[in-house]
Amino acid sequence: MTTTTLKEPVRGSSTGAAAPEQRRRPGRIRRIGLPYLLLLPALLLELLVHLVPMVIGIVMSFKELTQFYIRDWGTAPWTGFGNYSVSVDFDAPVGKALLHSFFVTVGFTLLSVGLCWLIGTTAAIYMQDTFRGRGLLRALFLVPYALPVYAAVITWVFMFQHDNGLVNHVLHDQLHLTDKRSFWLIGDNSFWALLITHVWKGWPFAFLIVMAGLQNIPKELYEAAALDGAGMLQQIRRITLPSLRPVNQVLVLVLFLWTFNDFNTPYVLFGKAAPEAADLISVHIYQASFVTWNFGTGSAMSVLLLLFLLVVTGVYLVFTSRGRRTGDV
Amino acid sequence: MRSIRAAAVGAVTMSLALAATACGGGSSSGGGSNDSPKTLTYWASNQGASIAIDKKVLQPELDKFEKQTGIKVKLEVVPWSDLLNRILTATTSGQGPDVLNIGNTWSASLQATGALLPWDAKNFDKIGGKDRFVDSALGSTGAEGKDPAAVPLYSMAYALYYNKEIFADAGISKPPATWAELIADGKKIKAKGKSPLGAEGANVSENIHHVFVFAKQHGADFFTADGKPDFTNPKIVDAVKQYVDLMAKDKVIPTGDAEYAQNQSVSDFAKGRQAMLLWQSAAANLKSQGMSEDKYGIAPVPVQSGTPGTGAQTNSMVAGINLAVFKNTDNLDGATKFVKFMTSDAEQKILNTAYSSIPPVKGAQSDAAFNSPSNAVLKQTLATSAAALPQVADESQFETAVGTAVKELFADAAAGRAVTTDSVKAKLEKAQQQMPMK
Repeated sequence: MTTTTLKEPVRGSSTGAAAPEQRRRPGRIRRIGLPYLLLLPALLLELLVHLVPMVIGIVMSFKELTQFYIRDWGTAPWTGFGNYSVSVDFDAPVGKALLHSFFVTVGFTLLSVGLCWLIGTTAAIYMQDTFRGRGLLRALFLVPYALPVYAAVITWVFMFQHDNGLVNHVLHDQLHLTDKRSFWLIGDNSFWALLITHVWKGWPFAFLIVMAGLQNIPKELYEAAALDGAGMLQQIRRITLPSLRPVNQVLVLVLFLWTFNDFNTPYVLFGKAAPEAADLISVHIYQASFVTWNFGTGSAMSVLLLLFLLVVTGVYLVFTSRGRRTGDV
Repeated sequence: MRSIRAAAVGAVTMSLALAATACGGGSSSGGGSNDSPKTLTYWASNQGASIAIDKKVLQPELDKFEKQTGIKVKLEVVPWSDLLNRILTATTSGQGPDVLNIGNTWSASLQATGALLPWDAKNFDKIGGKDRFVDSALGSTGAEGKDPAAVPLYSMAYALYYNKEIFADAGISKPPATWAELIADGKKIKAKGKSPLGAEGANVSENIHHVFVFAKQHGADFFTADGKPDFTNPKIVDAVKQYVDLMAKDKVIPTGDAEYAQNQSVSDFAKGRQAMLLWQSAAANLKSQGMSEDKYGIAPVPVQSGTPGTGAQTNSMVAGINLAVFKNTDNLDGATKFVKFMTSDAEQKILNTAYSSIPPVKGAQSDAAFNSPSNAVLKQTLATSAAALPQVADESQFETAVGTAVKELFADAAAGRAVTTDSVKAKLEKAQQQMPMK
């Protein structure tokens, strides 16, 4: 982000001052320096808001920052890679739990992103044709996305309750699909409860982005395809999806990062101690640091998470952009 | 040209301002001072049925304090779900309240952070001396052998609340005094279509409070004498299993309670769906949910056999709230004055009456207001058969690890999976491994 904003003003100012060659040197330096000077506040803010906390987090991960030292961080002893070796020792309980949580999160993320994308894209394609009430439906679809997270998720908590919840009422009392009421917020079902809530909350974003992308595909393409005898599915496969490629590339990445890091949904659904089946990594790290008061280990886990997400994002971008370049040619 | 210069000056100024504010934080480090003698910030825990009720109870008292001393107290009532995190954040940043309430089981953990003012003899003298307080309450103010990290404010104890009407319907003449009796009564109650006993199976802290008492009744402690976790001790395993078996084997706790964590079992009791409730000082809470005092009876929590007492006859934890002074306060004298005010006999009577708790101050406890039948049970329990939760620095981690283990065992029981000695032991072993190594 910073690099793109850096370039623009430089170019702008050098074309603005057309004949700088004859001027005195200091003046020139001043003019070249000005854009950077103007950027300084933004740069400092960026440092303050993003980089400094990140660096502090990384420093914390090398310290034994337990309850005995949080009052005065400086006195916390350095542990080198102690916190990391605890986190990645997969034979010991802490590492094993982290690994388990990691796999749960990966599975959850893949399913959630896939479903969000699928539902969002399908809905967007259906909403492409004009019909009465389309605006209303589009607005309705965006409601889950517009609701405050807490309010939306707490509603799901009520629906998933064992004794009085709507879900059990429909599944058990009315449809008789289960022979007894199921638990959704504890035990193994909690994974599905979490997935349903998250997809419900997440797909409107995919819908919104894909819908915006669809507006850029020229109608003539579809008309020509229809003349050539292509059916609906063929049109989607040959025109819609390839045209949406750049949109999807960003959409999937953003959905992936948001889902992998999501904290609010599991926290509101399950509270501080998530059931094992739905033990997402963000809540797990929260528990490792806040609930057990060991901020060093928590930071080490966060740094590992950051590294993992960086690698995934990097690999993803390399592969998708290479594909696109050849595709464009 | 001039506008460019103006822009440059603006940019530099803004950067400098940013840098200055960035460095500005955290200047008030070190011990307490008396820099602002006219104000205090007070974090109160949520004791009433809602935060609004707490404000209604506390504000008139704070106004009284202001009239007496000229110190204005800014009140913030912090919900339980946030309180510990808020205290941790305040500890880390050094920016916090002057006076605050803490759950008494956190005393030793918070004491270890060094964020709270130690109550040595000198400080105790300022509020009238240590011997004004009841001993059992003082036992939950910090690790043994150290100056207390807080002073007791409200005391509470667990009791068995029972619905008189349901008991009469089921032909039960007196509340159960042992667990065997409770299970037998539970069968009669179930025959009438009501659920016998409630529990907050997914509430980590509630789980701890109960298994702690069961462990005592089995003659075991979760920590060894030198403060090491000892969760897989066979007696502890039996104790935890006995509690979970109330749902898994004896079926007196309905399986639906396994996911309760927001005091739903109190509502079930108040609405007359459930015959018994094990709770601490529930009177005010039940009243706010529309259950009048003549509808329910109150009895000591059951024991294995015999009558409640010390050791294996323990039937409650020493529950309660402590009042602490934040070491970084900028009004140390005012804070001490405020603690003195809140623990004075007169205020103790007013506050503990409002919250249906027992005053930990001897002078106030003897007041007639705390001699009603329900308070008599709580007072008796506190005086003779309540024990303090382990006062170790790792108490908070213990609550999380073991409380979560019990939550998972309840989930197993609810799903119809067998809860065996082995499965209980496995969960406790995992909990023990999560405790900090030393």
